[in-house]
Amino acid sequence: MEGRRIAALVGNPNAGKSALFNALTGARQKIANYPGVTVERKAGRLILPSGAPIELTDLPGSYGLAATSPDEEVTRKVILGEFPGEPAPSVLVVVLDASNLEQHLVFAQEVIALGRPAVVALNMVDLAERDGLVISADALQEALGVPVIETVAVRRRGLAELTAAIGEAQERQHGAPHPPVPLVERRVTAHAIAEAAIVSESRRHRLHARLDRLFLHPWLGPLILFALLFVVFQAVFTWATPFADGLEGAIGWLIDLTKAALPESLLRDLLTDGILSGVGSVVVFLPQIVILFFFILAMEASGYMARAAFLMDRLMAGVGLSGRSFIPLLSSFACAIPGIMATRSITDPKDRLTTILIAPLMTCSARLPVYAVIIAAFIPNVAIWGPVGLQGLVLLGLYVFGIIAAMAVALVLRHSVTKGAASGFIMELPKYQMPRLQDLLIGLWQRAWIFLRRAGTIIFMVTVALWLLLNFPRAGEGQSQVDASIAGRIANGLAVVVEPIGFNRDIALSLIPAMAAREVAVSSLATSYAVAETDENAQAQQLGDRLKADWTLPTALAFLAWFVFAPQCMSTIAVTRRETNGWKWPGFMLLYLFALAYIFAGITYWSAVALGL
Amino acid sequence: MTLDLLPIGQRARIVAVDWDSLVAEEAQRLQALGIDVGARVAIAHRGIFAGHDPIALMIGRMNVALRRAHARAMTVEPV
Repeated sequence: MEGRRIAALVGNPNAGKSALFNALTGARQKIANYPGVTVERKAGRLILPSGAPIELTDLPGSYGLAATSPDEEVTRKVILGEFPGEPAPSVLVVVLDASNLEQHLVFAQEVIALGRPAVVALNMVDLAERDGLVISADALQEALGVPVIETVAVRRRGLAELTAAIGEAQERQHGAPHPPVPLVERRVTAHAIAEAAIVSESRRHRLHARLDRLFLHPWLGPLILFALLFVVFQAVFTWATPFADGLEGAIGWLIDLTKAALPESLLRDLLTDGILSGVGSVVVFLPQIVILFFFILAMEASGYMARAAFLMDRLMAGVGLSGRSFIPLLSSFACAIPGIMATRSITDPKDRLTTILIAPLMTCSARLPVYAVIIAAFIPNVAIWGPVGLQGLVLLGLYVFGIIAAMAVALVLRHSVTKGAASGFIMELPKYQMPRLQDLLIGLWQRAWIFLRRAGTIIFMVTVALWLLLNFPRAGEGQSQVDASIAGRIANGLAVVVEPIGFNRDIALSLIPAMAAREVAVSSLATSYAVAETDENAQAQQLGDRLKADWTLPTALAFLAWFVFAPQCMSTIAVTRRETNGWKWPGFMLLYLFALAYIFAGITYWSAVALGL
Repeated sequence: MTLDLLPIGQRARIVAVDWDSLVAEEAQRLQALGIDVGARVAIAHRGIFAGHDPIALMIGRMNVALRRAHARAMTVEPV
């Protein structure tokens, strides 16, 4: 038996592959780097009835072996065993949506014709039954010549049978591949097979048609979309508060505990002022990030996201993009990295490049800590109307500002550097489905883990490095530690550049380490204030109160404006380099974002000063 | 009549497609979705903004969003 054995899930988009994959592998899955929805390579272990494990991979959804997007290219290469470093799959598990049989059989025939051991999972038979469709798996098996197993991934129906069939299939020898059959012929065959396999079909009023009438309604549709987005952003701010307060309390308790347990020393300061207050100030935003991702994942899993793309297409077309860009851009609200990776499903290369370049303008969750601290400190917490507060409104305003900027930049780019024919929009609208809690939880866990790992690695290291730079060389008598430190001196130099836009030295200081990740701006402000403060009582003061005492309102507003554009995120630059194959575009991205950040922070500052704020 | 002019809910059959007027990849994608000569379709929804773009096309048990420009390349016959 040679090395790794792989079974691959293949099928059309929306066949329910990801749900089936989750049901088969549970939490035992490995996602390389950052997960896009079905973009990244997802692998998990499946234990066969013989007790032997096999690696199960979830391939990106595809309509055929003739690839039209980078996504489908990956699928094609893996299936054909042409993907570097990836063994050819021992078993191909073809996932079919039972209620969309005819359509999905077109690709299935192509896969089965390759002659590799294959198993068909006739998925979502429950939804088909709801639609009044009864399908004979036996007839399908007869016609396709490979085992057909009925499954309902979300109810764990048919999973044991499918696993057994995969086990049997991997014992089989490869058959000879059949010569390729033209698309038109496969379509005729698909129609005949589906016709024969469908036992009964009633044209019942389908639920999703009714839901579409609501969600795609000429004026109710957009109203619902914007109301939903509004609820999301209010929830991010209000629901998360008790959890964030709890986390903050726990960190404060840890700091007190450390102070009580250790004698006063530089090491204790590193632990409390450096690591705990630095990393802690970022970790408290975990609840907000989890809530935001919860909504995005639920919209994705329910099928609503594609409707949102439909509604937004016309607006996106106005700036030379398509509704397809909407999903990567919406994901970018959580993090630009999965967003940029999700652009792989955009077929048009210039459309894709434009989407990548504007993705960092969507307010990612890493900016939330920065916004949250500044808003909490400078914007009064007053109710405007019922549960709608001014703070939430300002937050929404910052998001909207980012969106408008992104659209404006896209428009300019499409007429200059990414000039080309307007891209089209062709997209399947999947059936509505109740998102399953387990799938949402797996997704949330993966995102939360990525965030915490960042806090534990990049942010931890940057915080420690900054603390060292802030504490050495030690200050002499009558000199403040920050003034004497290396970091203080660098910031003094940088302050000259950012002074015209209202930034003080503390901000200059926080911008340097924030190059690693935006949220570090908060932890470095926390660290530098903790270092600067020798008085124990003042040190215990909340970061927000410190900012309120030290910053003017125009400075705070300029800082917010800076972060709408702020390109500081090494991971985004790195992923852009990888996705665009070179340094040209990430370089361009960095440059234009810095320029816009500077200009708009300046405009904000000057206008606020002129208005006497 | 071209597909973009088909009234909502009216069932029709695609009788001709001017593939040359479409971008090659998009033509390929439409074909992969089964949108081709002979397919029975109906328009389920139209876009909300000016121009009523895009269109949600019903084909079989599937809904596909596409632009009016694509629909304009297709000649249909109400059934």
